[in-house]
Amino acid sequence: MSKLKSLEEFKAYQQEAAEKLAKQTNKVLVCSGTGCMAAGAKAVYDKFVEVLSKSDVPFSVSWEDEKDGAFNLKKCGCMGCCALGPLVRIDPLDVYYVHVTAADVEEIVNKTLKNGEVVARLVEYEDGVQYPHLTKDFPFYKKQSRYLMEHCGNISSESIEEYVAVGGYDGFVKALFEMTPEEVVNEVDASNLKGRGGAGFPAGKKWSQVAAHSEEVKYVVCNADEGDPGAFMDCSVMEGDPHRMIEGMMIAARAVGSKRGYIYCRAEYPLAVERLTKAIEADKALGLLGDNILGTDFSFELTISKGAGAFVCGEGSALLKSIEGNRGQPRPKLHRTVDKGLFEAPTLLNNVESYANIPMIITKGAKWFSGIGTEGSTGTKTFSLTGAINRTGLIEVPFGTTLREIVYDIGGGLKNGGEFKSVQIGGPSGGCLTKDHLDLPLDFDSVKKVGAIIGSGGLVVMGQDSCMVEIARFFMNFCREESCGKCSACREGVPQIQEILERITKGEGKEEDLDLMAEIADTVKNCSLCGLGKTATNPVMSTMRYFRDEYLAHVNDKKCPAGVCKSLFSYWVNPDKCIGCTKCARNCPVDAISGAVRQPHTIDTSKCIKCGTCAAGCPQNAIEEV
Amino acid sequence: MKVDFELIDSILKDHNYDATQVIGIMQDIQKEYRYLPEEGLKYAAEKIGISPAKIYGVATFYGNFSLEAKGKYVVKCCNGTACHVSRADDVTNAMYEAVGMKPGQHTSEDGLFTIERVSCLGACGLAPTMMVNDVVHGKMTPEKVHDLVNSLREESR
Repeated sequence: MSKLKSLEEFKAYQQEAAEKLAKQTNKVLVCSGTGCMAAGAKAVYDKFVEVLSKSDVPFSVSWEDEKDGAFNLKKCGCMGCCALGPLVRIDPLDVYYVHVTAADVEEIVNKTLKNGEVVARLVEYEDGVQYPHLTKDFPFYKKQSRYLMEHCGNISSESIEEYVAVGGYDGFVKALFEMTPEEVVNEVDASNLKGRGGAGFPAGKKWSQVAAHSEEVKYVVCNADEGDPGAFMDCSVMEGDPHRMIEGMMIAARAVGSKRGYIYCRAEYPLAVERLTKAIEADKALGLLGDNILGTDFSFELTISKGAGAFVCGEGSALLKSIEGNRGQPRPKLHRTVDKGLFEAPTLLNNVESYANIPMIITKGAKWFSGIGTEGSTGTKTFSLTGAINRTGLIEVPFGTTLREIVYDIGGGLKNGGEFKSVQIGGPSGGCLTKDHLDLPLDFDSVKKVGAIIGSGGLVVMGQDSCMVEIARFFMNFCREESCGKCSACREGVPQIQEILERITKGEGKEEDLDLMAEIADTVKNCSLCGLGKTATNPVMSTMRYFRDEYLAHVNDKKCPAGVCKSLFSYWVNPDKCIGCTKCARNCPVDAISGAVRQPHTIDTSKCIKCGTCAAGCPQNAIEEV
Repeated sequence: MKVDFELIDSILKDHNYDATQVIGIMQDIQKEYRYLPEEGLKYAAEKIGISPAKIYGVATFYGNFSLEAKGKYVVKCCNGTACHVSRADDVTNAMYEAVGMKPGQHTSEDGLFTIERVSCLGACGLAPTMMVNDVVHGKMTPEKVHDLVNSLREESR
């Protein structure tokens, strides 16, 4: 690959790539997002290579290896429905196979690739309906608008040629050749794009503030330290379409006048780091990164900085400290990052999804973009939909979509027909919403009004078997471990709340504890320096607000209505249901269950460790929590 | 453990002896030794011109760095929200049991396994999950944990 030195050379390269891609009608796309990889997608891909090598079916695994009519085997970005992974799509049939294992590959090659025959048992089947063209007909996709994720599942996530072929870097060349930096900033401002990292600060404002500085050295930094537990949107965007985010950063650098960029990515995402590294290498080789890009005076260099396992580094000032090689502790906001950020220079800091939105804002225009979503929250938002829901996965919906649409239409309702109880939104800084909020449109302002935040986009759905007190305890435990220790209110206050919650879940709480927690939470909120400290107690406050009854049941009645807090219930064999099969007695690890064959059994509660093995294995559901 | 100073020099050289890259330097050292040997840290600090106290401060701040030797297989048990509500505790406890360690213990006595709890591995769709070195394993159950440990033991022979 030789470096492109002008706009004409880029256009010629793009046309050639597009023509080549158009010729590739036979494709095998293996979803290679973290979810499918964990479910065994790599073994599936390797098996395809193995089986195809031995067969007479022509195939190709790389862009350079061009053969007419060959099946192009590709690793593509996250197709979204992680619950069905590993997913494989076969073109030209446009048929999707779900839960594919290496053992299925031979049959797929023999039937589908050779004869164009669909393997019915690998097609998603739900309530009597088959969904061979998953993304077009499956309910999971119907209410989604996949703009940001448009390439995921369609092109290889490791090929710059394919990205360019489908119009990649068009936004960048437009910003470079057809627009002035001011026009780019104005376009972003007009799009009303709000930061997708959590706070929802208007991106255009940040851009114009950095652009206004006349300093020679400025930085463009991407916050890819997606630390909220239960969130993997940025991970999927980086893995699935790494060039899109890089293009967004390049446009930003051009707009604000920066020559140097950093991507700060957490160490828990090795695949994202690998794909970004490859993407940056490819950009350098093609001359899209480096000096005098496409023969202009614009130069830009991009470095990946790997995090080392500190949640607080997702906070802007802590993140910059970490890139500089320090302990990642937030600093007081005497100066704003846009004025004095990384190495004391003006710095533009946005998150992955914000940058990934930029290319389409530039190519399609601010007007088009602001037509999606609501007036105050433009565009789409990706959410990771997880927890007690049928179809877990990564979704992208316009702002203003209601929680009900997400949980029931997209997510297919709760597992095992369970009843919806709550959804945790926005990670440890967010809050819990209840069934009263099911018709709430998800946009920045509406969610804020009910005491939560959109945050980065984690949605953890909980059914009636989740205990909200225990969830609050879980988050406080998280915040306790992740507090950087700088402000005493957060460092000392959060453990106090966590210990109180620990007591409550053990049945040792008092009603006064609830007021005490509220008081400490108020102090933590007011006396912490950074956003994380200020919001650390949100999970407690929002669960106390919406699930006060559950707290009262714990402290007054010493009961856990959800049956989660082990100290607050014991197992009991219902003698009317027990058939005396002895299974529970045999499975009990501590020999706490006794009884004769075909006679009702009993549990010795003094020996019972409440592991739940008996209840899980009982064929009659005779073992109940009381 | 004996520290190979030439190896550390080559790592430092890759990072241009740049003090701002101390985190990357320590990540590379840890990749070689599976932990940060004290001698190596002191040596690196001197070469890039920062104090031992500073490098120690940075090393102890971040959860990924370890000043104690780690096992051949570093098992990261995810305790993110999605995994937590999918009963991650049960599979984490099964992992401790399978490798013969007590909860809270760091590395097994045979030096094969290190167990860590992490906040989110980003594979929430497959909760509960765990990661062994760089490979994520999803939809874990106590039985699958035992199978996994057995296969890792087999592989290390």
